[in-house]
Amino acid sequence: MNSLISKTFLTVKKENRPVLLTYTVAGDNTKKKSLEILKSISNYADICELGFPHNTPIADGGQIQTSAYRAIKNGIKINDVFSIAKNFKKIKKNKPIILMGYFNMIYQYNENKFLEKCKKSKVDGLIVVDLPYPENKNFASKCKKKGINFIQLVSPTTSKIRLKKIIKDSHDMIYYISMLSTTGGKLKVSPKKILEKYNKIKKQNKSKNVVIGFGITEKTIQSLKKADGLVVGSAICKEISRSIEKRQNAVTNVTNIVKRLKNKIQ
Amino acid sequence: MKLKKKIPLIDQHDRYGFWGGKFGGSYIPETLKKPVEDLTREFSKLRNNKKFLKKRDYYFKNYIGSPTSFVKLENLSNHLGGAQIWAKVVSEANGGAHKIYNATVHALICKAMGKKYIVGDTGAGYAGKMLSMAAKKFGLKCKIFMGAKDIKRQKPNCDAMRKNGAEIVPVYSGSQTLVDAVSECMRYWVSNCDTTHMCVGSTVGPNIFVKICGWSTAQISRELKIQIKQEFKKIPKKIKLINCVGGGSSAYGFWSEFIDFNKSQIELIGVEAGGPKKSKLHAAPLSRNAKIGILHGAASYVCQNNEGQINDTESISAGLDYPGVSPIHCFLKDTKRARYTYATDEEALKAHVMVTKFEKLNPSLEPSHAFAEAIKIAPQLSKDTIIIVNSCGDAKKDRDILRERLGKNK
Ligand SMILES: Cc1ncc(COP(=O)(O)O)c(C=O)c1O
Repeated sequence: MNSLISKTFLTVKKENRPVLLTYTVAGDNTKKKSLEILKSISNYADICELGFPHNTPIADGGQIQTSAYRAIKNGIKINDVFSIAKNFKKIKKNKPIILMGYFNMIYQYNENKFLEKCKKSKVDGLIVVDLPYPENKNFASKCKKKGINFIQLVSPTTSKIRLKKIIKDSHDMIYYISMLSTTGGKLKVSPKKILEKYNKIKKQNKSKNVVIGFGITEKTIQSLKKADGLVVGSAICKEISRSIEKRQNAVTNVTNIVKRLKNKIQ
Repeated sequence: MKLKKKIPLIDQHDRYGFWGGKFGGSYIPETLKKPVEDLTREFSKLRNNKKFLKKRDYYFKNYIGSPTSFVKLENLSNHLGGAQIWAKVVSEANGGAHKIYNATVHALICKAMGKKYIVGDTGAGYAGKMLSMAAKKFGLKCKIFMGAKDIKRQKPNCDAMRKNGAEIVPVYSGSQTLVDAVSECMRYWVSNCDTTHMCVGSTVGPNIFVKICGWSTAQISRELKIQIKQEFKKIPKKIKLINCVGGGSSAYGFWSEFIDFNKSQIELIGVEAGGPKKSKLHAAPLSRNAKIGILHGAASYVCQNNEGQINDTESISAGLDYPGVSPIHCFLKDTKRARYTYATDEEALKAHVMVTKFEKLNPSLEPSHAFAEAIKIAPQLSKDTIIIVNSCGDAKKDRDILRERLGKNK
């Protein structure tokens, strides 16, 4: 795939640093605000993940849950998520955007309709937390046909044989979950150990871009900068919560965090 | 979509874990793939292992106390006229409900897998209480996830859990009931699956948990089949098996031996929680025609909105207060083998009052939903119709709710 996602990895590699991926929840805390945040942080982030919130997220920790519940309470609908993505891409057409969420939302919208809408909104990739391999084969190939990257997840519990098969079936990017945890957990494994497993994944196929996520904060990001890419989510969602609570400007505060994250991996 | 004969329903799924091609499956995060596969392998080994079966039967008999009795409710039958009403008094099982079967089997599996920690969800508190009992018995450390609302309304069971040395983790998200407890328990398992075994408290969740739970509660109908034959010499011509349905573990266990029978001979009736009479909220995805959705790792009929957000539910009975339902009940519904209906809070309360007035039986609010249906249909049925209700829980845990709703004359 000659996708915007792989192009981004190529470009950033030349700068000798990992790709910085951010995760925010669409509609957190309002539709307008989340688009503003997205636009602003994308001045520093290389790829933006945008969560479509679900009210029964079985793999998310407290921070992302809080963001998701807040967005849902403020009335976010799937179609709003698409319009946020579309509006974002209008002004940042070279910034890849990846939608991330749970399968029931896609199932209710209708798989094909959902993908059609992704395409129209210029969504570059999709992460579906609860649709693992091999159950995702069919859906992943539908994505491919539409030119949308289906991003496979790999975790510390993924067996060797499974890893081989997943990598074989993957598109341009693979997401390595750093540890046994929901999102937002404290990094309970040493960066060295994480990178060891990461290298094992890379060894299988050098051409695949592997990003690491879960537990990455301003404190830990530097230690993992050898990876192709690093995802920061909960730390950002937490800052949005904090800003709201303190009645401060979430856009500025979150942008500052992303700026600092970027500086740490330069 | 068709049921097969002579194969347990829990095994009638395809290789991806779907019943009828669309219910069930394993919609799980990648991290849980391995523990779920390990558990699947272990369970299929154990259920064919004679030593393990002997152990199970030993504990079912000597620890749980099998068989639970099968009794005619003479006074209630006479009062209503029409069909004979019988009860399978599963609440006699150790701990006071059918949840002990699943809990005991999970504790045995946990031991067999060499894990020392066990976690589980609970709504009514029975699944939690029983898991805490089994954990104590088999020397496991136990954590129970329970919605904050349920902790308040099912206090007697919480006291029991704590007495057994289990830690109760209160869950404050969402509606603070069973659905949130199951989510939180799964999240905990994602983070601790290397050392910890998870028990899902009903026939819900990823495919393997549906199977283990159904395999465990099936003991109820094995006993009942023998008891019916003893009582009536042969299986009578007109039987109705009525059971409440939350996740559906008690109903599956009560029915499993009888699914192969013709439905004109043995009718299976599941009763869901209709919620307060005047409320729009309910916990009755089967009987009130919810759409198929994915909840807690499986596809089933789910109370949800158009977007796929899971609805809040409302029921006087914490054990039935759940927006989803077992995929095997969805399968039984779509194949028309079982019929599903609901009872409101008020009907369940009334049924509880009537049963306790006429009989030496104290059904909790969950089986009171099943009794409500029995009371409703019995008068129109012939004398040779045998209604059997699974009285699967004891009302001690409902002490506070009953006092509040029925006043001091109760
Ligand atoms: C006594 C009793 N009956 C029924 C239920 C509902 O669960 P299930 O439908 O799995 O039997 C519960 C659940 O807590 C219960 O405690």
